Amino acid sequence: MTLDSQAEAAAPVPIGRRWGRKQIILTLSRVWAWVFLVGLIAFFTISVSITSGGVVNFLSLRNSQNILMAITPVLLMGLGQTFVIISAGIDLSVGWVMGLASVVSALVIRDLFAGGMAQEIAIIIGFAAGLLAAAVPGVLNGLIIARLKVPPFIVTLGMSFIARGVAFLLSGGNVVGNQPPGVRSFGNEAMLYVVSGEGGGIYFLQRPDVTGEALRQLDRVFQWPVVVTAIAVAIAAFVLHRMRFGRHTYAIGGNREAAVRAGVPVDRHTVMLYTLSALTAGLAGVLHTARFSGGSSIAGDPLLLSSIAAVVIGGVSLFGGYGSVMGTVIGALIIAVLITGLVMLNVEPFWQFIVVGIVVILAVLIDQARDLIIGRMESE
Amino acid sequence: MAVEPILSVKNIVKRFGGLTAVNRVSMDLYPGEVVGLVGDNAAGKSTLIKCISGVYQKDEGEIYFMGRRVEYSRPIEAREAGIETIYQDLALAGNLNVGANIFLGREVLKRSLCGLVRTLDDAHMQAESKKVLDELEIHIPDYRQQIETLSGGQRQAVAIARALYWQARVMIMDEPTNNLGVVEQRKVLGLIRKLREQGVPVILITHTLPDVFAVTDRIVVLHRGRKVAEKKTSETDSQEIVQYMVGALDDTRPAA
Repeated sequence: MTLDSQAEAAAPVPIGRRWGRKQIILTLSRVWAWVFLVGLIAFFTISVSITSGGVVNFLSLRNSQNILMAITPVLLMGLGQTFVIISAGIDLSVGWVMGLASVVSALVIRDLFAGGMAQEIAIIIGFAAGLLAAAVPGVLNGLIIARLKVPPFIVTLGMSFIARGVAFLLSGGNVVGNQPPGVRSFGNEAMLYVVSGEGGGIYFLQRPDVTGEALRQLDRVFQWPVVVTAIAVAIAAFVLHRMRFGRHTYAIGGNREAAVRAGVPVDRHTVMLYTLSALTAGLAGVLHTARFSGGSSIAGDPLLLSSIAAVVIGGVSLFGGYGSVMGTVIGALIIAVLITGLVMLNVEPFWQFIVVGIVVILAVLIDQARDLIIGRMESE
Repeated sequence: MAVEPILSVKNIVKRFGGLTAVNRVSMDLYPGEVVGLVGDNAAGKSTLIKCISGVYQKDEGEIYFMGRRVEYSRPIEAREAGIETIYQDLALAGNLNVGANIFLGREVLKRSLCGLVRTLDDAHMQAESKKVLDELEIHIPDYRQQIETLSGGQRQAVAIARALYWQARVMIMDEPTNNLGVVEQRKVLGLIRKLREQGVPVILITHTLPDVFAVTDRIVVLHRGRKVAEKKTSETDSQEIVQYMVGALDDTRPAA
């Protein structure tokens, strides 16, 4: 056994040093998005303040709440997408699935309310119907991918068109209106109300009875869609990072064959992943209905690519195996801060697309640089 | 030997169309020994192993495991019975850490959030992984490291540790020292000796004759699907084995 003891004594020195450097690079590649986000906020705070002569504050309560409201649908779609992409899949159907859920929920609420049902019950049933309508294409996606072995890109692309067609058929191509007032309240009222200026205060759950000039000083903090999204984020993070479902998701993305051989129920898990993705899109859809008091089939389409961009900026590898819920949250925040900041700087809106595009490519370049450097270290 | 073999294969035949990849091969494996299965490319080593581990269905012959005749139609059945095959790709998820890999598919859970949900008990899985790797005298600096940041030899050790932890009775290793540096190769050979010490018999498939002579007790040589020799390692040398491997010698052929 002398050979082995020699080998063990000789090995740790160079290998240990290499790991140290590797860990540093891994850590750096993980935190860059945070640094970038903080830098962006600082940049916009200063530049907005300068260009407006100190009148407009980028970091104001109202603006921060606007940013949060703006990212809720993108973030919700991004949550499901995070799971799917970590498993080395992709879900291109979520945009139109969101629209489908929005239309179905609005139709059900409208008809039940018109039929004399109390609006609270009509809303609950309507939202449940919207989620159910979203789950159907999700389950189908999963079954076709898992059982028939059709690539996720193709299946979800096809499902996207199908969901689009169904949503248009159901809505007749129009916005589904005639919603009871409770719908709009849920989509816009908030957990906290802050009235600034004299006689102001903070009100919990109850909207203060203010009128006139004071109404302008009223800020809604944590509007219900934001609260719902925050809860969804917390649950998603818990499931992905603490529960067996999350562990299996990473394993399938890291080495599908190994997961199969280890006895992970890969097919069943795949069906659950695409169902989950459709459900988070569906949640975005019913929240859209609530926010705008109407169902719109086209609500999600423009957001699909933003949600994938958020996931990619957040460090989820499109090859699977890597990523986190927090990363996607930061990715979504970066996009929202960029867009809001550019608007407040009076930059022509078309520039938003160009800037987001650059950030997406930059994010992937950073990931690749990390892999390249680590690969070089391994071949040393 | 008076002891019963733990694994015994008799007259295995496997054909692919008109080609007979394995032709009436028999071999025994006794507790606590390491048997080298050698042969040139296409000698039938891998096919024979896949018949034992349930990947292929043999056309003829019998397999006895722990005294009972067995038929495995899927790899998982052989594994659950205790025949563990470690292939070259090791079947590890590179993005997961050591504990997550050893417990993949069999995760240990604990109750969390006042018992409402069951979450991963990573601390327990890590401690158990450390225990089994300590038994193999393998040192992993940080158990939270992802597998892909480990060296080839360490990954090999994790794959072996996983098999050991889940009570493998027989370990079949397919070219375990391929693509490894010299130091790492020695470590893996050390692991095989450790397995023997712990009473787990090993079938070692390899091209690398020095490895075979370093760790095995017996050597079985295949040539074009047939077993042409079975020798005690101490009673042969690599020159002789090479002659069997290339077909210059053949114990099954009557001497000319």
